Amino acid sequence: MSVLLEARNINKRFGGVQALKDVSLSIARGEIYGLIGPNGAGKTTFFNVLTGLYQRDSGDVLFDGRLLDLSSPHLVAAAGIARTFQNIRLFGNMTALENVMVGRHLRTHAGVFGAILRTRAQREEERKMRRRAEELLHYVGIGARAHDLARHLSYGDQRRLEIARALATEPKLLALDEPAAGMNATETDQLRQLIEGLRANGLTVLLIEHDVKLVMGLCDRVAVLDYGEKIAEGVPAVVQKDAKVIAAYLGGAV
Amino acid sequence: MKRRTLGLILVATALGLLPLVLTQIGTAWVRIANLAILFVFLSLGLNIVVGMAGLLDLGYVAFYAVGAYTWALLASPHFDLHLPFWVILPLGALFACIAGALLGAPTLRLRGDYLAIVTLGFGEIVRIFMNNLSAPFNITNGPKGITRIDGLKIGGLDFRATDHFLGLDFTGPVKYYYLLLLLLLGVIIVNLRLQDSRIGRAWVAIREDEIAAKAVGINTRNIKLLAFAMGASFGGIAGGMFAAMQGFVSPESFVLNESIMILAMVVLGGMGNVWGVIAGALLLSFVPEFLRYSVEPLQRALFGRSLIDPEVLRMLLFGIALVLTMRFRPAGLWPESRHRREMSEVRT
Repeated sequence: MSVLLEARNINKRFGGVQALKDVSLSIARGEIYGLIGPNGAGKTTFFNVLTGLYQRDSGDVLFDGRLLDLSSPHLVAAAGIARTFQNIRLFGNMTALENVMVGRHLRTHAGVFGAILRTRAQREEERKMRRRAEELLHYVGIGARAHDLARHLSYGDQRRLEIARALATEPKLLALDEPAAGMNATETDQLRQLIEGLRANGLTVLLIEHDVKLVMGLCDRVAVLDYGEKIAEGVPAVVQKDAKVIAAYLGGAV
Repeated sequence: MKRRTLGLILVATALGLLPLVLTQIGTAWVRIANLAILFVFLSLGLNIVVGMAGLLDLGYVAFYAVGAYTWALLASPHFDLHLPFWVILPLGALFACIAGALLGAPTLRLRGDYLAIVTLGFGEIVRIFMNNLSAPFNITNGPKGITRIDGLKIGGLDFRATDHFLGLDFTGPVKYYYLLLLLLLGVIIVNLRLQDSRIGRAWVAIREDEIAAKAVGINTRNIKLLAFAMGASFGGIAGGMFAAMQGFVSPESFVLNESIMILAMVVLGGMGNVWGVIAGALLLSFVPEFLRYSVEPLQRALFGRSLIDPEVLRMLLFGIALVLTMRFRPAGLWPESRHRREMSEVRT
């Protein structure tokens, strides 16, 4: 399998805290890759560096065979990495449909003059954008809520909407930051099916998750972070038995 | 749909007849109506920046000033330039647009209060420039302002003169009224179309959550600059019309109070909603004028003399009205919530 993303020696320091220490990992095309670790291990920091929200101190990311420009989030999104947030970040006062349409911003072109003059190209693009957004809402299972304001959706639906919005950017890699947080068993199960469906459609998924059952059942490989360092990587069944991992989660000497 | 057409015809007729009725009361009222339209214009421009993109701008009047001075300098005896309107008005919009981008560029990282302070400073800087650019080279004529500015002339139609048509007198202000109404219609259409477009949604997305907007691939820097530039160019056009109508501009017309007034119109009406903003602007333009004309006679009738200066009372009532609005309708008189209804109407 070819490598889609390769992070090399990522370092990030916040004042006196080394949040990421020489983190290297590689994600293969079409796999579901889990990133786990205790609270404060640096998982979300890694996500934020990878998506351009934080600026790394050193290290590089190769994505799809090219060096990724990490200087700004919109460049990362344009390169084909879409993300969701641990604490859901939707555009609350826009409808679900509009949220997904904003996700199409990157792949559409109409400018101010197109909008003012309502040119044929603009109308056509707008229509396609709307249709695609509706499809995506149906795909994640909230098609019926298209015209509700995002902030009026239930928690689980908001998670789905965030995924639909991320998918609208046509990513090659979808990075999900704790998508199952706060979900009940049924919702988690639906989420698992959704992610598996995405992978079946050829998408690569990077997943931060606390729900160990979900991670172990879903991921092809996982990496474990602890105090900003990668302490283990591999097939879930093996990582689960790794002494360092057990120590990191349960405490105590190795 | 038919009822809507009928409603539109009714509104259009009323707006069309309004200046002729107002002339009967006094030409001053036509001028007040014209200024009110200009303020609607300005509010709609500011609505792009504040309402849609959520960037609090307290120096918006600076763009109005740029537009007004562009007209004043290029169509007055001051430099003995008398360029036609179709050169000056777009130039005014362009200069205001550039000023908008100049203000936007260094403030991209700022939000909320911090942005408000910088924009406030910017507005003052522009005014102080206008006030002092009279030496060593006299560009703006300083605090004395620029007088004898050309009015608007479109072909043979002179907006200063009175025309007779169908047995009716069309005075200068009445003609300006119709022109402004036409321009306003254009501005409303531009606003509505922008609101429901790729760019408009990007503005709202930035207002709602800037980080999420960046993460879905919106180049927030460019899109914010665009909001500043678009909003400013509306101000520039309004400024040009103001100079042409008044025939006189001075820095005094572009003080901080004006910026705050325009912002109050946007907030009172309902940020982000075009119709709300229009309502807010009309309300805040007309009500103080009504008070100005009614308070003094009322006092004389009641007490036989004028106890409180109308100007003081006007500001007092104005303040109370604003406080009450914020207390009972904090989202504005006519907030943005209609968005949803509009979308579902499209579907059915």
